[in-house]
Amino acid sequence: MKGLERQQLARMVASQLPRESFVNLGIGAPTHVADYMDPESGVILHSENGILNVGPAPALGEANFDLINAGKSPVTLARGGSFFDSSMSFAMMRGGHIDVAVLGAFEVSQNGDLANWNTGRDEGEPPGVGGAMDLAVGAKQIWVMMEHVTREGAPRIVAECTLPLTAKRVVSRVFTSLAIVEVMPDGLVVSAMLRGARLEDVQARTGAPLRLAPHMRTIEPDGKVAE
Amino acid sequence: MRNVVVENAADAVKGLRDGHVVMVGGFGGAGLPRSFVRAVAELGVRGLTLISNNAGTEGDDLSLWFRSRIVSKIVCSYPRSAKDFTAQYRAGEVELELVPQGTLVERIRAGGAGLGGFLSPVGVGTVFEQGKQKIEVDGRTYLLEMPLKADFALVKGKVADTLGNVTYNMTARNHCAVMTTAADTVAVEVDRVVEAGELDPEAVVTPCIFVNRVFARTSS
Repeated sequence: MKGLERQQLARMVASQLPRESFVNLGIGAPTHVADYMDPESGVILHSENGILNVGPAPALGEANFDLINAGKSPVTLARGGSFFDSSMSFAMMRGGHIDVAVLGAFEVSQNGDLANWNTGRDEGEPPGVGGAMDLAVGAKQIWVMMEHVTREGAPRIVAECTLPLTAKRVVSRVFTSLAIVEVMPDGLVVSAMLRGARLEDVQARTGAPLRLAPHMRTIEPDGKVAE
Repeated sequence: MRNVVVENAADAVKGLRDGHVVMVGGFGGAGLPRSFVRAVAELGVRGLTLISNNAGTEGDDLSLWFRSRIVSKIVCSYPRSAKDFTAQYRAGEVELELVPQGTLVERIRAGGAGLGGFLSPVGVGTVFEQGKQKIEVDGRTYLLEMPLKADFALVKGKVADTLGNVTYNMTARNHCAVMTTAADTVAVEVDRVVEAGELDPEAVVTPCIFVNRVFARTSS
């Protein structure tokens, strides 16, 4: 089954962000969510290295390397933006001031455990954790966006994570290339599915039991979600 | 009147010795005091403990310290994409203490603020809880995190005055401002120096009490 590509997935996540919320986009795929945000939504983006109200990428030739995001790419400052030091930035994260953090992940378990930091062990690379744990513990809501399965076809939504955890019981919603899955106290609930997909298709690619929400929505192939 | 301006980067890092603990500001290249990084590499010291968010990438950043093998331990949140550090790490020549970024900066803050540590929920239920005391407060589990202090802190500011008051440029503030509070000797590399009284007091981020040496890349 052909799922959403990364850009369509980013459009889907962007459309679901609450209006006027404070949002942190993790490095990697979540960064693309910014490209699809409605300027009228009033969403204010936070970057862990000390920015509130992150603007779009600068025009060619106008990059300032003192103005970068968590992925160390040049950005701009939107109107009403501010700068602050790392201690205050992580107070925003750990202190519960960020409404939604959108993070990439390797695995999410059925009770919301998150595995998304680079432990480095397999490649002989050093590990790197950065701000992943602080965000995962501190943001009011943790949304994950990821491919529904690994490159080898194994489920990424699992009964229990096999990889080292970033945080326990923190993920509330998972946006995948096939579905939107809500992590509820009594299990995983599919609240939206890609047009043409059936629950058994999604279930076959998921490592934990799924059930359908009473009001199912349809995800169009361009990433738009029909109510 | 107090004047902490030094004429060159070598004077700014004078007294840095074998085995010292050194904090270096920066998130990637932003906030990295490159003149000081080069000056330390030229000192011929050994066995430094480096406290920094990253471990350089390549070229004339902190990679220099790994190429010249002057670091024996790094306390760091994200030492990835760091070519020279990775080579030393693979060879088992450098010890890594990996710390979540918010915990890293708060440990430095605690060190500078005279605190004996703090309780953080970050890392509970993960490998980061190993070896740490767990303390429950109001039903939530926290890890006791210990303060970090250093012999030297080397950071990058934007403008300093001759007293040592410092402003920063955009995201180059990152860990720099907090690091200035937590070391015996604090050296700040800036773009330019002005006379005392010329900085807007409301714009000063690091008050001069924390700063021992200021070096301007280009004087004005």
